[in-house]
Amino acid sequence: MSVKMSDLTSKELPTWCGGCGDFNILFTMKAALEELGIPRKDTVLVSGIGCGSKLPHFVKTYGFEGLHGRILPVATGIKLGNNKLTVIGVGGDGDAYGIGGNHYFHILRRNVDLTYVVQNNAVYGLTKGQTSPTSEQGFRSPSTPSGVLEEPVNPISSAIINGATYVARGFAYDVHHLKKLIIDGIRHKGFSIIDVFQPCVTYNKINTIQWYKDHIYKLEESGHDPNDRKKALEKAEEWNSKIPIGLFYKTKKPTYEDGLSQVVREPLAKQDISNVDISKILEKLR
Amino acid sequence: MKKILNDLSWKVAGRAGDGILNAGLIMFAKTCVRKGLHVFATAEYPSLIRGGHNHLDVRVRDDDVYAHTKHIDILVALNNESVTKHQDKVTEGGAIIYDGKTIQLDDLKKNVNYYDIPLEKIAEKSGGKIMKNTVAIGATFALLDSDLKELNKVIKDTFARKGEKVVDGNINAAKAGFDYLRENFGNEFKMKLENGKAESIFLSGHEAVAIGALKGGCKFFAGYPMTPATSVMHNLAKFEKTHNFVVKHTEDELAAINMAIGANYAGVRSMTATSGGGFCLMSEGLGLAIVTETPLVAVESQRPGPGTGMATHSGQGDLRFMLHASTDEGPRIVIAPKDVDDCFFRTIDAFNIAEKYQTPVIILTDKFLGESYITTSEFDTKKVKIDRGEFAKNPKEGEFNRYQITESGVSPRSVPSQEGGMHVASSYEHDEHGFEREEEDNRIAMHDKRFRKFENMKKELPPPKLEGSKDADVTIIAWGSTYGCVKEAERLLSKDGIKSNHLHIVFASPLHDKEIAEVIKSAKNVVIVENNKTGQLAGIIREQTGLEIKNKILKYDGRAFFPEEIYEKIKGIV
Repeated sequence: MSVKMSDLTSKELPTWCGGCGDFNILFTMKAALEELGIPRKDTVLVSGIGCGSKLPHFVKTYGFEGLHGRILPVATGIKLGNNKLTVIGVGGDGDAYGIGGNHYFHILRRNVDLTYVVQNNAVYGLTKGQTSPTSEQGFRSPSTPSGVLEEPVNPISSAIINGATYVARGFAYDVHHLKKLIIDGIRHKGFSIIDVFQPCVTYNKINTIQWYKDHIYKLEESGHDPNDRKKALEKAEEWNSKIPIGLFYKTKKPTYEDGLSQVVREPLAKQDISNVDISKILEKLR
Repeated sequence: MKKILNDLSWKVAGRAGDGILNAGLIMFAKTCVRKGLHVFATAEYPSLIRGGHNHLDVRVRDDDVYAHTKHIDILVALNNESVTKHQDKVTEGGAIIYDGKTIQLDDLKKNVNYYDIPLEKIAEKSGGKIMKNTVAIGATFALLDSDLKELNKVIKDTFARKGEKVVDGNINAAKAGFDYLRENFGNEFKMKLENGKAESIFLSGHEAVAIGALKGGCKFFAGYPMTPATSVMHNLAKFEKTHNFVVKHTEDELAAINMAIGANYAGVRSMTATSGGGFCLMSEGLGLAIVTETPLVAVESQRPGPGTGMATHSGQGDLRFMLHASTDEGPRIVIAPKDVDDCFFRTIDAFNIAEKYQTPVIILTDKFLGESYITTSEFDTKKVKIDRGEFAKNPKEGEFNRYQITESGVSPRSVPSQEGGMHVASSYEHDEHGFEREEEDNRIAMHDKRFRKFENMKKELPPPKLEGSKDADVTIIAWGSTYGCVKEAERLLSKDGIKSNHLHIVFASPLHDKEIAEVIKSAKNVVIVENNKTGQLAGIIREQTGLEIKNKILKYDGRAFFPEEIYEKIKGIV
């Protein structure tokens, strides 16, 4: 069954600022889903709260726009409930690495077969411009008028160190490159994280479109071997003058669901619950 | 001397780590169950792995038993503290079994029989020091003029996995204890245990919740350990391979409730469980389930707070929290089961109600109900019905509205993988399709729709029934886990010729205000019994009926009521 871009487009219109990277991420997501051809009814987009988290409204699949920070638990629940579904998380850097940081840490070692696209603009947009976990040290914002004291988190190296099996970074203004990362991430069996540089044209005057263009280069063009964990970590550390995008690391590991014999034959959601036999359990209580 | 037959309160007390809880529960209590008697068992233990004071009460009767008692007929004391702490509660002519080699007694009570048995020495000869509990249990059955037939069977069943040596050791230990008491003390004790005719199952409240969840079609549980709710998770985890059940021990309670919501959204009956502290984190998820109209069952097992409070103790201090948790206003059902049968059947109801009304159901237990064991008749599973509520039939894309405004407030739902049912479930206020909307009219329509469900639930859920005679001298109102203690207190009152009746509230939300008001208005005296400081249910009843219940029997020391306490206070009132 083919999936067409036009079928994926919802009647609801995005409310993002003109020039926002989220438009490109939305387009790329739909393009990726079109190419993958997974029936729309079997796809669930799960988001949290933030500008980018409104994305599920604009794509005609199943969608769940939950609470701020809770994308991964909801997505995990959906996947464990029905492991035949394609479940994709999408949300911002505050959602992923700030309020949802604990969940991020644990999904990495859990390797549930989910894809997580993080719209990383290094600023809180929806709440009007405060610093985010990925803002650069010294970033001045309404909540940090004298500049951020902390160092930014490194979601890429964290992911590699903590057991993620597909770790990539994309750029919202290179949609062809991003589309391949998303497609490969969804096809990857296991947890895939795609951190996407997504310029915020309204609140981030430092990490602008031009700033990214001046700094990024593609791992694919630099001879990087994504199977090499050590090299991947080295690349993840690169920041200042040259910042790599592309696939950092990829490996094969059993997924969380692979360890659940309960769901191998049939997803939980499809199992018959009309008359569960508990007679043996009651017998033991005598 | 005519002996008292089959009416006994037995206590074993010692240090944590001595294995007394398991020995008392598995060997003594279970043996009494197999003897065809009615049994109730409850333990007190501190929040420690080793050391501290542990004790287990086992009440055994010929007919129905509802709770423990304050008095003790036989105390098995495994250290000095066990004697000093509990000997004042031992009845006249009662017994204290202890090991004179390890315990120094100086302040002996008159009218109590002390049985000095070398428990450790006998245990060592039989197979190991750890079996001293078994020796004491053997001695108990000798004291009660009974035999070891059922005990030996229980030992075989329990320890078969551990090998012949452990089985034989325990059988020998029990026999040696039995013989030692017979040979050295004769059988002059005031009580006797004979086999009865009851055919019961014996389980805890949380075991019943777990088995109820399984029978109710739950397939997925996500939770984070927190006493006393952890036993729900442990019990469900046993069903993973036998019943294709998935338990996910999550990173925190935020993940637990959101994961359970995710699985419910995917069409799987799912559940979480925690105590008050964990529910603080879950409050946000409760709101998420309400606004996205996702079914959810959450167990909240109360323990004293605020903050960490008293982890291994009991209370009823979270009722108002459950009624008001999460932002703004939203319908939720709060069920406070009164006993193990309720724990089983109401948990099944909870899953049906959650799906029928597409809203969260909270099962409010506590340490006392959740972790106390009681005999009951085997659950009649023929009564169980699974009602999954309204699903959209052949929804058409473009026409299907997941949040359609309906008269009942319930909109037929679709689940992922269903053709034509695509929609967004949003935690924002939304329109009928699910799109975020902030317009005034839409907000009112959606908020009203959610509340219409609540009104209908109230009509469907059974109102509380007044138990006992209409012309009672006193009407006792209580809720949740205090049911058994109130029943036992009523038994004591009736011995004194005081007629009582009992209105027990199981559905705290929605509350059947009219039915409760009628009972209060027509009662001679009303007393409310609650395991909290401020009388939370009394406050809620006053808020919803305008009627004040002045007589409040409240206890908030972290322990469940003793029936005697309720009885004495009511006597003071009537």
